[in-house]
Amino acid sequence: MATASDARDKNWFIDKFFQSLMFVCGISAIVFVVGIFLFVFKEGLGFIVNDMNVAEFFFSPKWRPTSLHHPTYGILAMVAGTAAVTILAMAICLPFSIGAAIFIAEFATGKTREILKILIEFLAAIPSVVWGFIALSIMNPFIITAFDVPMGLGVLNSALILALMAAPIVTSIAEDAFKAVPDTYREAAEALGATRWQTIRKVVLPAAKNGLLSAGLLGVGRGFGETMAILMASGHSINIPTSVFDSFRALTATIAAELGETAVGSPHYQSLFAIGIFLFFITFLINMTADFIVRGVKKG
Amino acid sequence: MVSTAQNKIEVQDLSIHYGAHKALGNVSLTVRTNEIFGIIGPANSGKTSFLNAVNRMDMMRPNMNVSGTVRIDGIETRSWRNVYALRRKIGVVFPLPVGLPLTVYDNVALAPRLAGTAGSKADLDELVERCLRRAALWDEVKDRLNHLGSLLSGGQQQRLTIARALSQSPEILMLDEFSIAVDPVTTMRIEDVLKELKEEITIILVTNLVQQANRLADRTAFFLNGECVEIGDTETLFSGSAKDPRTNDYIGGKFG
Repeated sequence: MATASDARDKNWFIDKFFQSLMFVCGISAIVFVVGIFLFVFKEGLGFIVNDMNVAEFFFSPKWRPTSLHHPTYGILAMVAGTAAVTILAMAICLPFSIGAAIFIAEFATGKTREILKILIEFLAAIPSVVWGFIALSIMNPFIITAFDVPMGLGVLNSALILALMAAPIVTSIAEDAFKAVPDTYREAAEALGATRWQTIRKVVLPAAKNGLLSAGLLGVGRGFGETMAILMASGHSINIPTSVFDSFRALTATIAAELGETAVGSPHYQSLFAIGIFLFFITFLINMTADFIVRGVKKG
Repeated sequence: MVSTAQNKIEVQDLSIHYGAHKALGNVSLTVRTNEIFGIIGPANSGKTSFLNAVNRMDMMRPNMNVSGTVRIDGIETRSWRNVYALRRKIGVVFPLPVGLPLTVYDNVALAPRLAGTAGSKADLDELVERCLRRAALWDEVKDRLNHLGSLLSGGQQQRLTIARALSQSPEILMLDEFSIAVDPVTTMRIEDVLKELKEEITIILVTNLVQQANRLADRTAFFLNGECVEIGDTETLFSGSAKDPRTNDYIGGKFG
C-alpha cells in the first residue's frame, strides 16, 4: 500500500535526473565515434566501390592521383614510411621513457620528482607545429652536418621528433603503472634482501607489465596519428625509405596536404577518405590489441 | 657492551622519529638466540617501527630517523656496508600477506634466486618443498606450484610468505601481527610451526593478541605509546607479577 513514506521525494527525482544525464554523456562517446566512422566511410565508399583496385591500393608504391591519363592510388610507400618511423621512434622513445618513469616513480623524491613531473607535463603541452619548426630549423641542419648527408628531412628526423613528442605521454602512463604497484611488494622484496635494482626488475616491472604495454601502444598510436610535425620533418616525398636518411610521406600528412586541393566527391577526394578508413582500422587494431593484452594478463 | 653467545640481538637506546613525531623512545632490550621474543602492545605503540629499525628498512623511508644502536651477533647493523646481505639474515612476515605477483614456486624461490644461491633446478625444487613443508603449506599447494600465489586463500598466502621468509635460511624471523588476516585454525597451525622453528632460529613475534604471546613467547616486552614499559619472562608477566601496573592492566584486558 502506498503511504507517505513511499512518496517520490526531491532526492529521488534528482537521482533519476543525474542518472539520465550520465547515461546521455556515456552514450554520446559511442554516438560520436559511430558518427565519425559513418561519415568517413560514406565519403570513401564511392572510391572503394568504383575506383579502387585492392592490389594496387595496398601493394603499389605509386601515389599519382592527379595523373590525367592513368591515375594510380598506391599507399604502400606511405604505409612503409609511417611504419618505419613509428618503429624507429618507439625504439628511441621507449627505453628513455621507461627509464625516466622508473627514476621518477622509484628513485626521485620530494622536489626533484615534482619538478620533473611538471617539466614532463610541460613537454606534452608543446603544439606539434612547434615540433615541426624544431625538425626543420634545428634537426635538419644538425643531421646534414653530423652525418654528412645532402638532406636532413626524412625517417631519422621524423623518428627523433616523434620520439620526443611521444616521450612525455609514454613516461606519465608508465609512471602511473609503477605507482599502481603496491608499496608492500617493494617492502616484501627488500625484506628478502633484494637490492633496489632487483626489486624493480623482478617485482615492480612484472607487476607493471600491463600499464607499460598500454604506454607503448599509446606511443605507437601517436606515431600513426601524428600529422603536422611529420609533414614538416619527413620531406614529404613519395618513396619507400631504404635508409634512415631517406625522405618519405606519412599517411596522415598526405590527407592533410592534399584534401584542400581536391574537388569534393572526385576519386582523389574519396581516395583520401579511403586512407582515413585504413587509419581508422589500424588505430582500432592497436587499441583492440592493447585491450586484449590487458585482459589476457589479468586472467592469467 | 660485551656480547655473549646467548644474545642474538642487542638493542640500546633505540629511538625512532618520523619527522617531529616520536614513534619509539629509548628502548634497550636483548633477544636471546633460539627464543621467541614477544612484543605486545596496542596500536601505535612502536612495534612495527621497532622491526623496521632491526632490518634497516628505515633506508626506504626518507622521514624515518633512527638513533641508538642495534647489534646482531654483536655487530652494529649500521656498520654493515651491504644492507641487503643483512636483510638476507632476517626473514620478515607482514600483517597482511604480500603474495608477490609470481607463482607459488617463484614466490618461494625468489630470495635464493636474488641472492644467487639457487643452485641447480633439483636443489631449488628441494628447497622450495622444504620451505613449504616447514610452513605447513606443502600438502595444499604441491599440485598448484605454477599457480599465481595471489590466488591462494588469505591463510595460505600468509603461510606462503612464511615459506618465502624461510627460503633465505634466515637466522632471525620477525613476524608482525601475522594472524590479522588468518582464521583461528590456520593461526594455530602457524603457531605450531613457530614452536618447531625456534629450535633453529631466533624469532621476534609482534602481536596484538595478548594470549598469542602467552602461548608462544619465552620472554615478552610490552610497548605502549612508543615506550618499552616492561620486559620479562612471559610466565612472570602473565602470572600477574608484572612490575608495572600498566602491564598488568593491558594483559588483564583493562585497556588496549
